[in-house]
Amino acid sequence: MINDINTIKEHKVRAIKNGTVIDHLPANTIFKVLRLLKLEESTNPVIFGMNLDSKRMGKKALIKMVDIYCQEEELAYLALVAPSARVSMIKEFKVVEKREILPPTIVEGFVKCINPMCITNHENITTRFTTQNQHGEMALKCRYCEKITTQEQIEIIK
Amino acid sequence: MKSLVSIHDFSKSEILKIMELAAHYEANPYENILDGHVVATLFFEPSTRTRLSFESAINRLGGRVIGFSDTNATSVSKGETLHDTISVISNYCDMIIMRHNIEGAARYASEVSTKPIVNAGDGANQHPSQTLLDLYSIMKTQGTLDNINIMMVGDLKYGRTVHSLLQALAHFKAKFTFVSPEELQMPTEYKKFLYEQGIEFHETTDIMEHMPQADIIYMTRVQRERFSDTMEYERVKNSYILRNSMLDNTKENMRILHPLPRVNEINSDVDKNPKAYYFQQTENGVYTRMAIISYLYNLNKK
Repeated sequence: MINDINTIKEHKVRAIKNGTVIDHLPANTIFKVLRLLKLEESTNPVIFGMNLDSKRMGKKALIKMVDIYCQEEELAYLALVAPSARVSMIKEFKVVEKREILPPTIVEGFVKCINPMCITNHENITTRFTTQNQHGEMALKCRYCEKITTQEQIEIIK
Repeated sequence: MKSLVSIHDFSKSEILKIMELAAHYEANPYENILDGHVVATLFFEPSTRTRLSFESAINRLGGRVIGFSDTNATSVSKGETLHDTISVISNYCDMIIMRHNIEGAARYASEVSTKPIVNAGDGANQHPSQTLLDLYSIMKTQGTLDNINIMMVGDLKYGRTVHSLLQALAHFKAKFTFVSPEELQMPTEYKKFLYEQGIEFHETTDIMEHMPQADIIYMTRVQRERFSDTMEYERVKNSYILRNSMLDNTKENMRILHPLPRVNEINSDVDKNPKAYYFQQTENGVYTRMAIISYLYNLNKK
């Protein structure tokens, strides 16, 4: 496993001196994660790779953020799209801390309600969901229409 | 400020309080507690029966009604947002009763409004006064809400009334039988909910199988447009029609409920059977709505 990560570091995406590395993202989640972490607006160097070979996942994606240390609440939102991701804080090229991703209990904004008849899709309202476990996966229950948006239906709106 | 948007907004003890108040208003159908206070009935989507039932309740409580029964002559048709409509009208009245075709509209209104909101139906989502009047009808005909054996028949997949009633009856350890065509079965989330609560249920496509044990038969409409396959609809449509001849082996205390309007799922020969209760159920609706309005009015006055 360590060899696997090292190989990628060396060959695919270069190592960073300081910052945050998010690894083991499902390959198709990369753009959702970039948006969730507001990296589209970032002025820091952000390096990412997708469809990288992974022994565990087949294909995966990873993101390296130079000089950015993600906050707990930002990382909680990662659980919306990539609950199995691994987060490492890097200082002087070394992993100084590994962060677990704990799903939030309430999700405000970011996610669009899947129900086209929901009021949040008709008026300018910040969406609000409570999270619940459905068949081992996280599901979001809309405060307004009370419908469930499942993990795979999650669409990021900002 | 307390509103009634979803049946989940009321605890078990609050549901029982509403039952008690509904019985009170049935015994005293005119009581001037609103004393000229103004209640707005905002029907963004028409529903004559629900609106009249609420307006009757308001009038019997001595309140005055303002409102609209469709949006054509209002600023909504000019494109005003729900936010603005509710913000304005909540300044004109003491309580708002609203129906809207968009789901979650009532919850959103309750966040915007400075006065309590009663949801009179928000699309396919919630219609809590219907659930409470169903409960009151069960209470009245069975003498209790506890351990009722209820058979729900018809469209259990999309029927909001059966979903809300199921959740409310779970407080009272009901036993459920779900009778529906395969395409319209009770969604898994509700069955999982019952399983987690340790509540017994049966699922069948045969309307006769559990009928002899039922205390309540709750009928709903099976609509053609719910079927992806019209052949399947034609095949099953007559399997879920209740006829008088089917009621021979049913319990003496058994009563038939239906949220109405009915189309053909209860044959008219059932109407004269004393076990048919769906018309009395509508009268109970007025007392239940009086109970809801007076409960919220007194609660929010404090």
